[in-house]
Amino acid sequence: MNAASTTIAEQRSVVSRPARGRVGMFGLIAAEAAIFTIFVVAYLFYVGKSLTGPMSKEVLSVPIFYTICLLSSSLTIHMAAKALRRGNIQGFGAWWFATIALGAAFIYGTATEWHRLIYHDGLTISTNLFGTTYYSLVGLHGFHVVVGLMSLSIVMALTLVGNVRSEHAERVDVLSLYWHFVDAVWVVVFTVVYLIGR
Amino acid sequence: MSTDAIVLPRTEPLSRPLVDTLHEWVTTVDHKRLGILYLGYALLFLVVGGIEAGIVRIQLIRAHNDFVSPQVFNRMFTMHGTTMIFFVAMPLVFGFANYLVPLMIGARDMAFPRLNAFSFWLTAFGGLLLYFSVLGANGLYGAGNAPDVGWFAYAPLTSRTFSVGHSTDFWTLGLLVSGFGSIGTAINILTTILCMRCAGMNLGKMPLLVWLNFVMSGMVILAVSPLTAAQLMLLVDRYLGGHFFDTQAGGSAVIWMHFFWIFGHPEVYVLVIPAFAFASEIIPVFSRKAIFGYPVMVAATICIGFIGMSVWAHHMFTVGMNSNANTFFVLSTMAIAVPTGIKIFNWLATMWGGKIEFKTPMLFCVGFLFQFLVAGLTGIMLSAAPFDWQLGNSYFVVAHFHYVIVGGILFTVFAAFYYWFPKMTGKMCNETLGKLHFWLFLIGFHLTFDFMHVPGLLGMPRRIYTYEPGRGWDVWNLIVTIGVFFQALGTTVFVVNLVWSYFKGRAAGPDPWDAWTLEWSTPSPPPAYNFVSIPMVKSRRPLWDLKHPNDPDWKYE
Repeated sequence: MNAASTTIAEQRSVVSRPARGRVGMFGLIAAEAAIFTIFVVAYLFYVGKSLTGPMSKEVLSVPIFYTICLLSSSLTIHMAAKALRRGNIQGFGAWWFATIALGAAFIYGTATEWHRLIYHDGLTISTNLFGTTYYSLVGLHGFHVVVGLMSLSIVMALTLVGNVRSEHAERVDVLSLYWHFVDAVWVVVFTVVYLIGR
Repeated sequence: MSTDAIVLPRTEPLSRPLVDTLHEWVTTVDHKRLGILYLGYALLFLVVGGIEAGIVRIQLIRAHNDFVSPQVFNRMFTMHGTTMIFFVAMPLVFGFANYLVPLMIGARDMAFPRLNAFSFWLTAFGGLLLYFSVLGANGLYGAGNAPDVGWFAYAPLTSRTFSVGHSTDFWTLGLLVSGFGSIGTAINILTTILCMRCAGMNLGKMPLLVWLNFVMSGMVILAVSPLTAAQLMLLVDRYLGGHFFDTQAGGSAVIWMHFFWIFGHPEVYVLVIPAFAFASEIIPVFSRKAIFGYPVMVAATICIGFIGMSVWAHHMFTVGMNSNANTFFVLSTMAIAVPTGIKIFNWLATMWGGKIEFKTPMLFCVGFLFQFLVAGLTGIMLSAAPFDWQLGNSYFVVAHFHYVIVGGILFTVFAAFYYWFPKMTGKMCNETLGKLHFWLFLIGFHLTFDFMHVPGLLGMPRRIYTYEPGRGWDVWNLIVTIGVFFQALGTTVFVVNLVWSYFKGRAAGPDPWDAWTLEWSTPSPPPAYNFVSIPMVKSRRPLWDLKHPNDPDWKYE
């Protein structure tokens, strides 16, 4: 057979396959998207079906500032990844830190909103259907933001001790995919909770 | 090319301490060992789930029987269903996919070996969590009990009010944990297939088994995730006082059904597509012909994948949906029979004019062809909503889906065991015992599930604890239960065959079936690195090309 004479090095050059990390992350994103879809469907199905108050239009206000924070963090992480590909570690660190700060600001926004809802408006997860679906959906998203922040912080720590170099750009890209996904989900959650459901 | 195994001198001592061997198996990230772990784990639970089915059937053997109490009966059918789907069928599917996919695409391991091990242990501990309920469901009183809410756990039966104690929580957590494992493995298989194929193996040259497992993994990602979401909601309801499925607070019990069956029906295809995969590899080899209509087989599978995601509510005709929903789900369910029918014709066309060898794997595949056809026909009957209103939740339905799962899936899984056992262990299975297993199981299967249709048609509902004499159900139930003993005997022969062949079987050599896919180019069992050098393929049957250099496949494909 002809292949018998082909060396491994030659065979390698023939194969060009997509990077594992990206494909794996897209798989994870697909699975997560399916989970969020079910929670979003449940939220939409139960809009206005609560038997007792408080209702969403009475207590929810649109968190425009914190939404801008989260969405702009997609831009900063993109800039960070770009800087790392160019070998600009300083620039990477700065943009990466900005991403973490914006994400943390978003979580702070959620925390203050929940604090107000629980202590001022008396809405908990068991108060009514709105409470159940609201805290579940926003909480599930918040959980993903927190997981993202933890991963980003690990990379930040590795950057500070000087272990992140331009050859890690591929892996940082994979992580930034996850962060973009978390931001994209917020667009859906924001629309459903604060625009349609209010 | 890598087909000539290089004989390395044996450097390690022949016998090593048991602890070392165990440690190696527990910490392994090798896809072949994890595959075997999946399969062993599944076989263990197959016996457990089989015993539970046996208890259910003995209880129903005659009218007014009281072999077990009603409470135990409920636990038995719940645990039987949950075990067989989540801890037998899924691990069997993933076990074979793990073992075979990298070998068939000429890779040395999965894309993410450690994720692979993590996923297996999640699945394994998910099963242990489910069974720990027997001890721990009521806390430390010393009197636990197993879940008893049925395998689809309809609301509001799962609410705190109707399901006290922790049995339902163990059910939820067990499925949640193993669900994460399933999603991890599915992502892994998908990535492996997309990123790890050897040179020359473009998508159109992948073995059908790889293609079908690709579709299966995509379905797992999209179907198991909704179950995960629904289980999270159930946990919120039970632990945080949420109202997702609480009709008293405006919640809906029907939405649980939707969420469960959005998982539940694609799950059937998740299980049956790998069964198709086994048949698509085994039937050509024992017919001595290439598979008929390879591109159509791939297209039909993708079709099944898409349509399979949109048929779930045919499980809910009896709930009372509006006529638009009924019409949609009737039509989509009937539509799925078309690509499935195409597959059956292609397998038949592969056998047509071939030199068929009725070895044990082929026998099981032929059994599968006939039985899966019958299962599909009763499926079309039940897909018509008015027919389903008559027979929904009757033993006719139970007979139908056992025809799919046992007659379709389990038969091909047995075929796969007989076919790839020589590759996994280096020993041939005993043919005589294999044929005995086939005939015993075939007789048992038909005694049980052919005759189970009849009490269903006569109005016997599923999940009833016992029944009045004189309704015409008695003799059928007796026959059904007798069939179970034949199946149990057949399975015992199977296990004996595996153990006996492992120790005393004839040496298999690398390629005992004169087959054509890459796994047979490695020694049996394959070394940890699979291939000495990464192979290069030019057609769908690389070993045929190697064995017939004057008439290779790539000239015609």
